[in-house]
Amino acid sequence: MSAVTDATVRSGGDVRVTRSRRNVAWTGIGALVVVAIFAYLPYVVYAGTTGILVQAFIVLTLASMWNLLAGYAGLVSVGQQAFLGLGAYFVLIPNMHGVSAFAALPIAAIGAGIVAIPLWWLVSRLRTGYFAIATWVLATAIMLLIERFQSIGGGTGMSLSGLDWANKALLSAATYWAGLAVTVLAIGTVYFLLRGRLGLVLTAIRDDETAARSSGARVGLARMLVFVVAAIGCGAAGGVLAIQQLQVVPGTSGGVFSVQWTAYMAFATIIGGLGTIEGPIVGTIVYMVLKQTLQSYNAWYLIILGLVAIAITLFARRGLWGLLDEKFNIKLFPVGYYLWAPGESRRRRRNGTASPETPAKASVTS
Amino acid sequence: MAWVNAIIQGILTGGLYALFACGLSLMFGVMKVVNLAYGDLAVVAGYIGVGVIAATHMPFLWAIPIVVVIMAALGYVLQRTLLQAALRRGELITLIVTFGLSIVIENGLLQFFSANGKGLGVNQSFVTASFSIGSQITIAWLDVIIFALAVVVLLGLQYYLSSTKYGRLIRAVADDREAAQLSGADYRHVFGIAAAIAFGTVALAGMAYGTTTVLYPTTGTDTILLIAFATVVIGGLGSLWGTLLGGIVLGVAQQVGAQINISYELLAGYLIFLVVLIVRPQGLTARRIQS
Repeated sequence: MSAVTDATVRSGGDVRVTRSRRNVAWTGIGALVVVAIFAYLPYVVYAGTTGILVQAFIVLTLASMWNLLAGYAGLVSVGQQAFLGLGAYFVLIPNMHGVSAFAALPIAAIGAGIVAIPLWWLVSRLRTGYFAIATWVLATAIMLLIERFQSIGGGTGMSLSGLDWANKALLSAATYWAGLAVTVLAIGTVYFLLRGRLGLVLTAIRDDETAARSSGARVGLARMLVFVVAAIGCGAAGGVLAIQQLQVVPGTSGGVFSVQWTAYMAFATIIGGLGTIEGPIVGTIVYMVLKQTLQSYNAWYLIILGLVAIAITLFARRGLWGLLDEKFNIKLFPVGYYLWAPGESRRRRRNGTASPETPAKASVTS
Repeated sequence: MAWVNAIIQGILTGGLYALFACGLSLMFGVMKVVNLAYGDLAVVAGYIGVGVIAATHMPFLWAIPIVVVIMAALGYVLQRTLLQAALRRGELITLIVTFGLSIVIENGLLQFFSANGKGLGVNQSFVTASFSIGSQITIAWLDVIIFALAVVVLLGLQYYLSSTKYGRLIRAVADDREAAQLSGADYRHVFGIAAAIAFGTVALAGMAYGTTTVLYPTTGTDTILLIAFATVVIGGLGSLWGTLLGGIVLGVAQQVGAQINISYELLAGYLIFLVVLIVRPQGLTARRIQS
């Protein structure tokens, strides 16, 4: 059997290219099952539990967006709270005119995305560090601007109307499903964007921007697309946040424009694994566990999260998921390609007859 | 007359802003690094000042050199350890690490010293002493002193970087790290010295700001970092005297905004920042865009 394989390799037979080493169908089915289980949860657990999960969904959505920005497009934004806050206000404003808060969620997402376009024009000429603080300044300026309008609550904020449902359990379940839907859409969007042309362009930019440019990759357009998509995701998350809190509170400490939101999304992404789709999921779990266990110790959980994030950034760049991936080579969301040597088959590899170190294993992952 | 007053107050505020910005500008110029923990470090300096004064009961002015020395030492150590480790791994990593540091410092201050503000407890007569020009313009001596301090710091930095042996070494490393390394300069040590100087100015900025207002754990990110950054961008990246110009433009914009409506003060400053970003992204003094 092995002699036959070697012969085909030498004769240079056809090389097969697939998305993953393993069969993707199983992870696809697995993802569906997980989503189904999550969707069923409100029927079996208390509202307190779904409330915590909604927080996790918000952080996971934000982290997925921040991961797209920083992990794939190299854009470290410290101003994503701008879009979170705008999303919350884009739920509040239609709500004041009689639109259901849930129905306003798409408005929040699209509105944040539209605002992102002129903002991108402003910050796109700045690089790395300057880009980071400029986004932060923009977020502060947007907050100051919104606080000027007394009709939408000024500096103190405003409650959403129409959420005083008689059935409290149904409200928390609806909030939960909205959060779940936003999260699934966010992760799905990131996955399919990265699988497609955009993923290739971003990988090319990451490896060598000049070469990518000269090969005709539209670098500016790719980055703008990422910025707008991230704004849409953060806007949707902000909408869910407004619904969960039943109100919109501006302000930098504890409000929707607090830079702590960017700290949550950045730390969750970094701890889980920057530049992997799975990373934000793992990171959000770590974040929620730390938050729940340390919540009686005030600011400690953020201090610990920050220190862990710094340590991981310095010593394990690809985060917890990166460590897992290195060891077991698992990819739940394969966005790269896998090259199969002629005659090599899944079965053979799974039986372990082929050494993982064979040159045939050329994994083109991103 | 009220407008003239606003402009004069704005110019004087610009001195404080230049003091905020020159350390940020220096660290960017030498190490090509934007330190997102910068504002929090200024607050740390202020808190150290409060601690030193409380522990030794020494006069405020005596505490300043002590805080400057402590912060400079901290700057050297931080640069040689954490920041150097981050720098070696690239710009993106440095940003993330300094952002993490910023959140850790801010929440650390919150945890250990509560959310209440800390004042340096400077003698009130020193803070409120002022002189008048005409009937409507009153200028606080403290503002004049801070402005003068900013000018002295900028002059000192200018002299140090252009005329001393070590200053030239810093510029050599900033221009071409490898070439300087080949000529026998240990760039990591030079970076450490540059960080120490930058942190020294941060200490001055934190102490100066602490005399005019109460410092909160969030002051570093809410105010100092953003203002320092806006100042640097308006003035032009990497230009020392640009920071003074940027500070003055920002200060005047804020005071004029406040003159229209007191709640427009901060917003007016950031709007000027945005206008400069649109019209002249390289800043008022710089010749080309830093890439």
